[in-house]
Amino acid sequence: MADDTMVAKEGVEQETVDAVKSLGDKYKYGWETDIEMEYAPKGLTEDIVRLISQKNDEPEWMTEWRLSAYRRWLQMEEPDWAMVEYPEINFQDQYYYARPKSMETKPKSLDEVDPKLLATYEKLGIPLKEQMILAGVEGAGEVPADGDNSERKVAVDAVFDSVSVGTTFKKELEQAGVIFCSISEAIREHPELVKKYLGSVVPPTDNFYATLNSAVFSDGSFVYIPPGVRCPMELSTYFRINAENTGQFERTLIIADKEAYVSYLEGCTAPQRDTAQLHAAVVEIVILDDAEVKYSTVQNWFPGDEEGKGGIFNFVTKRADCRGDRSKVMWTQVETGSAVTWKYPSCVLRGDESQGEFYSIAITNNMQQADTGTKMTHLGKNTRSRIVSKGISAGKSNNTYRGLVSMHPKATNSRNYTQCDSLLIGDQCGAHTVPYIEVKNPSSRVEHEATTSKVDDDQMFYCRQRGMDEEEAVALIVNGFAKEVLQALPMEFAMEAQQLVAISLEGSVG
Amino acid sequence: MAVAKEKLLARKRDALAERLGALTLPEGGAWITEARKSALGRLEAMGLPAPRDEYWRFTKPDLLNAPKPAPAAVFDHGDEMPVFGEVDRIKIVFVDGVFDAAQSDDLTLAGVEIDRLAEAAKADIHWAKGVFGTVELASQTPVERPLAALNTAFATDGVLIRVTGKAAKPISLIYKHEDDCSDAILHNVVKLEPGAELTLLENGPAAARFNKCLEVDIADGARFHHIRAQGRDHERQAVTGMFVRQGAESLFKSFTLTANGRLTRNESFIEMKGANASAHIAGAALGHGDFHHDDTVFITHDAENCESRQVFKKVLQKGAVGAFQGKILVKRGAQKTDGYQKSQSLLLDDEAQFLAKPELEIYADDVACSHGSTSGAIDEDMLFYLRARGVDKGTAMDLLVIAFVAEAIEEIEDESFREEITERLESWLLRRRG
Repeated sequence: MADDTMVAKEGVEQETVDAVKSLGDKYKYGWETDIEMEYAPKGLTEDIVRLISQKNDEPEWMTEWRLSAYRRWLQMEEPDWAMVEYPEINFQDQYYYARPKSMETKPKSLDEVDPKLLATYEKLGIPLKEQMILAGVEGAGEVPADGDNSERKVAVDAVFDSVSVGTTFKKELEQAGVIFCSISEAIREHPELVKKYLGSVVPPTDNFYATLNSAVFSDGSFVYIPPGVRCPMELSTYFRINAENTGQFERTLIIADKEAYVSYLEGCTAPQRDTAQLHAAVVEIVILDDAEVKYSTVQNWFPGDEEGKGGIFNFVTKRADCRGDRSKVMWTQVETGSAVTWKYPSCVLRGDESQGEFYSIAITNNMQQADTGTKMTHLGKNTRSRIVSKGISAGKSNNTYRGLVSMHPKATNSRNYTQCDSLLIGDQCGAHTVPYIEVKNPSSRVEHEATTSKVDDDQMFYCRQRGMDEEEAVALIVNGFAKEVLQALPMEFAMEAQQLVAISLEGSVG
Repeated sequence: MAVAKEKLLARKRDALAERLGALTLPEGGAWITEARKSALGRLEAMGLPAPRDEYWRFTKPDLLNAPKPAPAAVFDHGDEMPVFGEVDRIKIVFVDGVFDAAQSDDLTLAGVEIDRLAEAAKADIHWAKGVFGTVELASQTPVERPLAALNTAFATDGVLIRVTGKAAKPISLIYKHEDDCSDAILHNVVKLEPGAELTLLENGPAAARFNKCLEVDIADGARFHHIRAQGRDHERQAVTGMFVRQGAESLFKSFTLTANGRLTRNESFIEMKGANASAHIAGAALGHGDFHHDDTVFITHDAENCESRQVFKKVLQKGAVGAFQGKILVKRGAQKTDGYQKSQSLLLDDEAQFLAKPELEIYADDVACSHGSTSGAIDEDMLFYLRARGVDKGTAMDLLVIAFVAEAIEEIEDESFREEITERLESWLLRRRG
């Protein structure tokens, strides 16, 4: 017993130490790619909406869909209920469309993609070659279509500013019947699916940012898993904002048909700049009978500098609709980046016996502000949901958990368990919890627990005594605090997330 | 300002204009006129609450806003003995918001100064000046409380109590209801000087509509106990505000028992300004039928090493709705805070609803704050256990209900009051079963 504990401790300690060492820079992804870009004129008008639609070769119905969203958006007001403060956004002072010039004619395969773009993703650690990208796997090269390692493969859709530059493993996925492509391609190639599901989970009128996204989204990923298919590999989208003064508005639509399964990963980074940039994405997930979707995010947008200059405003709407009976969704997020985060991945548990889970670590440091959480709307009978949220605040940051658990009268025998814990590092930060609980039937049980504490002195003393410096000790303790969430992440992300935890807290002690 | 907000504010001000048409600012001396005018000023800036206000999302304010109250039939208590009936106390009786000298005791008690607001208001200067309207004003940030400002401006009477020593017996405020259409606004002030101690009892439905404020200023080392029974099975609509300011090493303890009432909104605001203070606030509500009960609590820790505790229990059935909004705010520098909050509901049938928003807002790192909220049905296993031992279903249910709310009643320090409240609860449950 004692031996086991020692080994585990050694392991974590070493990783944490390595992480702190290897990721010496404050923000590792702050560089930019010097590449010739093509922009739509600055500002937002009906013409710009039309132009985006035209650039994507969209059919008339899609253009109309966007325009009606745009007209609606003009009537809407920015929400101000979140515990975040930021200067007013001038929606006319940014670009809504930016694509690398070399993407003017769509490359037919990855071989035709501009080497500069490929190099960008290589540098980000996301090589767009069809290879294994499991962290630490040496010599990952071409892999046979159905080798032993097939479950380790990850297909990637890479989105660069406003366009998708390529999607890997398309052929292999096609063989399994899985459609994985950019949303602009899906609108052209699979209009029946897009028409049926786009906007059915997050309607174009849902909220200010989702409506803006509906009008101007330029690209994003589309996934369809046919009935009974277990997606042969993990799917992933990597979002990179590169251009200055450009907002990124991507749209992701995932459909898991009956008895299908898919695990989906999302990553994001942006260059280090003095001016803040807007990111307003929408993710919609439709899950039919007995299907399951896992959606994991490691959000590492540029958080702004120590004085709070620059950074990404991350205003995202993510929602999964468990439409089918016994359907299941699991959101896992590690939020370390962005200057301002406004994000509530939600579950609509419509089908009987459907399940929703939400695991989140949100870390804020310096001047970062995060207002994040989830909504669990129980509509079906015997539905289950679980929320585990860990908020860690350091520096002068503010970190808020905001969530809703709603048990409708017909959602009989349903259960919810919520745990949200906050950890404060330093006396200049803030940690807040704003849960809403609405129970409208007696057979359902709702339990909510929350705690707020600081890094335990005894634990610190223990670590320091064993020769760790203060930062290493905090990183170790924080990793322990967030363990429940880190464990819910797919292996590829768990490692990166642990390193991010260490990096995000750098400079927060002493 | 955003267009939607402007529109909302305009509607709230319109509602106020309509309400003000039915009210007149009472006449009085210099000190109170100043306080009333200042309250009216902030009320006019805010307007009346609207269903779209964040802090009114669970409770519709319409009945409390309307120029005239909805009629509420006077409830016949039959042979039931009034709550606290056998306690040795100083009784102060208001009937439909009007002081009743004949039923009240002589207002003299060693170590305590008792004035009626209606009398004190005639003077140009009064000791209550530093408290009346000022603790209420402090409570207006960050959450607006227009109905409390309305109370400060328009309260016609109330009791002003200043305690300099340890009061020998409790002061008991009794609010009787005899008129189906009465609309009472009362404002009480309690000021405890350093080291003083008082127990305040309140009971009765008061009026068809009741807007009541209690401002409490607790100096260093002083202790205040508050036990309230808001009555049972009446149709009264009420909004009450309890606004508290605490000094170092002081104690504040409050417990409220409510059974029915068409609409009850109990707001509390407690600000701990001195180190080592302690605040406990608890409530038990039994809802049966067309009943809406809302506890909205805001506790601010603004000094080191303070402790706060909130325990709220609601038992709901036949369409009853229970709401709880509780917040702990720990300000920067309020290190070593110990904050605890618990809100639980027991839903006895398909028509009951529980709505809760337990919030934490924390700006200090060396704190231990936690909250828990649960909601569910009666435990069938426990019920079976009792039934198997020959307890009939009704009695078994009542036992489980009493066990469920016991944790809130435990917050009453004095054992005899704890017993009285528990007995009262038992008898109410028994009467309800018939």
